[in-house]
Amino acid sequence: MSAATTTSRRARVESSTGSADALAGTGTLIRFVLRRDRIRIPAWLAALTVYTVGTAASFAELYPTAEARQAAAETMGTPAGTAMTGPTRYLVDYNLGSMMGHQTLGFAAVLVALMSVLMVVRHTRAEEETGRAELVRASVVGRHAHLIAALIVATATNVGLALLLAGGLAGLGLEGITVHGSLLYGATHAAVGIAFAAVAAVTVQMTEHARGASGMALTLVGLAYVLRAAGDSGEGALSWLSPIGWAQATYVYVENRWWPLLLPLAVAAVLLAIAMVLSTRRDVGAGLRQTRPGAARGSAALAHPAGLALRLHRGLLIGFAVALLVLGVAYGSILAEVEAMLAGIDVLEEALADIGGATIVDSFASMIMTVLAIITSVYIVLAGLRPRAEENDGRVEPLLATALSRHTWVASHLAVAMVGGALVMLAGGLGFGITGALVLDDPAIVTTFAGAALAYVPALWVTGGVAVLLFGWLPRAALVAWVLPTYGFIAGYLGQILQFPGWMRKLSPFGHVPQLPAAEPDVMPLIALTALAALLIAGGLTGFSRRGINAT
Amino acid sequence: MTDTALLISVSDLVKTFGPMRALDGVNLAVAPGEVHGFLGPNGAGKSTTIRVLLGLLRADAGHARVLGGDPWDEAVRLHRRLAYVPGDVSLWPNLTGGEAIDVFARLRGGFDQRRRDELCERFDLDPTKKGRTYSKGNRQKVAIVGALASEVELLVLDEPTAGLDPLMETIFSDAILEDKARGRTVLLSSHILAQVEKLCDRISIIRLGKIVESGTLDELRHLTRTTVTARTARPATNLAQLPGVHDPSLEDGHVTFEVDAEHLDTTIGHLHSLGIRSLISHPPTLEQLFMRHYGEDLSEARSGASR
Repeated sequence: MSAATTTSRRARVESSTGSADALAGTGTLIRFVLRRDRIRIPAWLAALTVYTVGTAASFAELYPTAEARQAAAETMGTPAGTAMTGPTRYLVDYNLGSMMGHQTLGFAAVLVALMSVLMVVRHTRAEEETGRAELVRASVVGRHAHLIAALIVATATNVGLALLLAGGLAGLGLEGITVHGSLLYGATHAAVGIAFAAVAAVTVQMTEHARGASGMALTLVGLAYVLRAAGDSGEGALSWLSPIGWAQATYVYVENRWWPLLLPLAVAAVLLAIAMVLSTRRDVGAGLRQTRPGAARGSAALAHPAGLALRLHRGLLIGFAVALLVLGVAYGSILAEVEAMLAGIDVLEEALADIGGATIVDSFASMIMTVLAIITSVYIVLAGLRPRAEENDGRVEPLLATALSRHTWVASHLAVAMVGGALVMLAGGLGFGITGALVLDDPAIVTTFAGAALAYVPALWVTGGVAVLLFGWLPRAALVAWVLPTYGFIAGYLGQILQFPGWMRKLSPFGHVPQLPAAEPDVMPLIALTALAALLIAGGLTGFSRRGINAT
Repeated sequence: MTDTALLISVSDLVKTFGPMRALDGVNLAVAPGEVHGFLGPNGAGKSTTIRVLLGLLRADAGHARVLGGDPWDEAVRLHRRLAYVPGDVSLWPNLTGGEAIDVFARLRGGFDQRRRDELCERFDLDPTKKGRTYSKGNRQKVAIVGALASEVELLVLDEPTAGLDPLMETIFSDAILEDKARGRTVLLSSHILAQVEKLCDRISIIRLGKIVESGTLDELRHLTRTTVTARTARPATNLAQLPGVHDPSLEDGHVTFEVDAEHLDTTIGHLHSLGIRSLISHPPTLEQLFMRHYGEDLSEARSGASR
């Protein structure tokens, strides 16, 4: 026994000290990853390049003169502006280049981080969770081969993106968009992407589930964004805790500092080392924590369809509610600084006059509500597509072979998704309102903001309703439901920066929500959206009651 | 037996998936109290038939009744009276096996706690482990325990023992025989022929979406060949010329051959005329029955492999 233990320990030490064996098969796996992602990677690269280069081109149209750019600088210099863009140091010389660094870089960094996290999780933990990694690892494939192959592809994709962005931006030949700056601009993306690929490399070691690993890593992406938003609107120190903040601290096109990018790369190196050590301490398919035994019996509540659905949705629901609460608290805590910015900016007063003489706090709050609603729409689509996931994974058939009707089964999931979506949104509104009320010493803000948040609920239901409709009629195309949150983000958030025409906003359900608390409350659109959501859901249920399970 | 007395009656059932005709006129009859074996290789249409019977798929044509009702329209009412075990059980990763058993059993309605605990014990299943930590065999046990503990009339089992070890398979067989003694009806899809031979009263064999054979094991045997090994005083050289005799081989003074049931009498008469010293005759095994229908597939596959 002890001899065997010693041998296995020695074997473990040998394999973890980076001998070539631990990497055996990496080359083959890299080709395999590229083969599986032959559509995904080009699609990501194309989307991110088009987004960036297109934004730069549209800036040139929107702000053709130095005066127009200076006016934009003044609006963007407000706390609301900096929270959704970047640090004020970019505003000193607001040319087309510094506008990119200020307004576009922060969001693009989130998207690049998203791409990198999903890519790493997909080729590591997701493979383990499905058991495919076991099959692969049983052949001549080393302990670290999966992880390293995924990271190499993620790094190469990020470097490719950097070159595409540099070429695309420099190729525009616009004033202020220099070649040197464009190279740095691309490099900031690659650095953020590589850092979050390494974050995912660690999170995939910790949990047994791909969803949990992506969830953890994406929470850190969100946290990085919130930290830089709070830092940029306030003292600035918090931004230095965020990889996205580091990317913006290059002051690309303004000062072109390269050294802040050493920070994300150093973090990536440290995280990679941690990931490799962690992966040698666990079994294939296992997480770091041993799973503990659970209940030997199911409670009566669990066997109720709604109880079962609630249990299955619990993690996602709590995760999103807490995330929205934290986000709301973060934005609420800077409200006092927002208010202090008020006086004496002509451009601002003009802008505010457009939305019916609302206060600067109200217009800031309206913008934050849009952000909260877009994030909640991600929850509602995830939750609304849960029945499809259950069907795909083969867990529905034995359930529907009991006395559980199809309608009850779907309805229980939808009830949790729809009520849960409202609660998640309310959590954001309350977190925002309560901290706002505290810092501004105005208790009325709590109800105002909570009400403003709830005004988005019918639009969220429409978003969820589209997912249900697809599930009922075109289950294979259910992922198309992601179009709505994506479009909601593009039209509602980027549209504000890029000044999209009004009809583009109206294509999104969120475009019909009154911009509370800045705008006047209007009940009619809310009733119409609720009715539309009900129709979509009823339509989806009808489709589902007619089709076979796992048949289409 | 009239149509209404049958627990499952299926006629001319057709189900297509795009260009693929998965069921091509299936006929199936299961009487109350019988254990009905449903045999066929992978892809023959067993699971598709069962999923139609459970109202999970809608048939394109034909007629299906389960427990006297329409499986699609009256799914919920019928499902109170039946329990289902799929061949590949997928559990919720974060629910324990015990919780999953109770969810299935309670959703079905009647549920015997004592029997559930007793079955967990018998199948050596730890109900406190999370779904994701179970092996395939243990996931299978979760579904089996949930189904057997339910107070239902009909068990629909789709390759229920796939992944179980031989010991567990025996325990499963015992449990099914007990259920049969209590008057439960079972539709058992399987390709473990020994299990079917041991448990089933009647058998239906499906091939390429059609039932090619149906009846009791005896009836099926009657339709097919008996294997005979004999030792005769004078060498049995001209057996091959007799009608209904197949593959005679002479070795060491023994002759071994297969003979069609209707020619058994004349063939034995011929052996008798040669002076029988010893005679062993055994009915066809289920495997032989099965292979008779799939023989051409097998020889095709073998010649394909050797090419």
